[in-house]
Amino acid sequence: MGDWASFLVPVFLGLLVLAAVCRHVPVFELFSEGAKEGLHACVSLLPVLTGLLLAISMLQASGALELAASWVQPFASLVGLPAETVPLALLKPVSGSGSTALLAQLLESEGPDSFSGRVASVLAGSTETAFYCIAVYFGAVREKGNAGILLAALAGHLVSCLCAGLVIRLFF
Amino acid sequence: MLNVVWAGMILISLICALATGKMSALSEAVFSGAQNAVELSLAMAGAMMAWTGFLKAAEAAGATSLLASILRPGVRRLLPGCRPGGKAEQAVCMNLTANLLGLGNAATPMGIEAMHALSEEHGGRGVSRGMARFVVLNTASLQLLPTTLGALRAAAGSAHPFDILPAIWITSALSLAAALTVLFVWERFHG
Repeated sequence: MGDWASFLVPVFLGLLVLAAVCRHVPVFELFSEGAKEGLHACVSLLPVLTGLLLAISMLQASGALELAASWVQPFASLVGLPAETVPLALLKPVSGSGSTALLAQLLESEGPDSFSGRVASVLAGSTETAFYCIAVYFGAVREKGNAGILLAALAGHLVSCLCAGLVIRLFF
Repeated sequence: MLNVVWAGMILISLICALATGKMSALSEAVFSGAQNAVELSLAMAGAMMAWTGFLKAAEAAGATSLLASILRPGVRRLLPGCRPGGKAEQAVCMNLTANLLGLGNAATPMGIEAMHALSEEHGGRGVSRGMARFVVLNTASLQLLPTTLGALRAAAGSAHPFDILPAIWITSALSLAAALTVLFVWERFHG
């Protein structure tokens, strides 16, 4: 598994640079320009991340997180999710930066290559901030979405929650 | 929304710490949490910048137009009311491509443009099937390369930050299929 993935990224980058050079694209300038955008994204995430990680670490230190995890455990195991990932599954459709903070905290405390670390990664990578998305896109054209759209988005989210645990068990 | 959640988190931890007598740990956690955020941002900044840098070059090298032309037939089937080659179709393809490449910041403005164009083609009023389907496509994550996720996993010390990609693709595809199925069923009953 790891071997396969370690080929993927360098080969992709090689092909990309080759294509760029063949097309006479100023590849380094574009890289720096893009990197600047990435830096901006990191910097603009920092204040939100600080607020949320602070609150999460308070929840953890106070013992509230443990308590909540023990409450949701039975429901979570019903869908095959580790209890630690439940807050992420709940927050993901609502807030992108919030779930980034939760994921960061989880990867650090559980380890990125642990079972719950991997399930959390799949949850974060396979779902989108659905409610936010609906609000932004329909808000832009001054329309209200209909119930069908909401139901469809919820169904999609539910399926990725159901699959995340299963797929990780299948692959690793 | 997040305001209430955040305030709730702080208050709950205060009450919980009072009940369990973990006050000193709590007061420590405030600043260690904030410190953590800075360390995390620094740790992920490098990987993040590498990806956004490479993807910017990929865009210019033609990856975007290549992907958009691959997507076009699918988009035509999914958005039947859409004028072929029109502004809406173009914007939809660009939005989906930006999503696939993990260029989230670029995807949203293009998506908004697509919504405007779709709304215009529908006469400027009401929600067309195309609009509904396009938004549902966007609520399911279509990323081939989840850049932020990779950077976060690398920052946390993962041996292979991207070895979860196949698992993510399968989960994404299933969740998209479920979302579209529900939407199609709904369309059947509600015109």
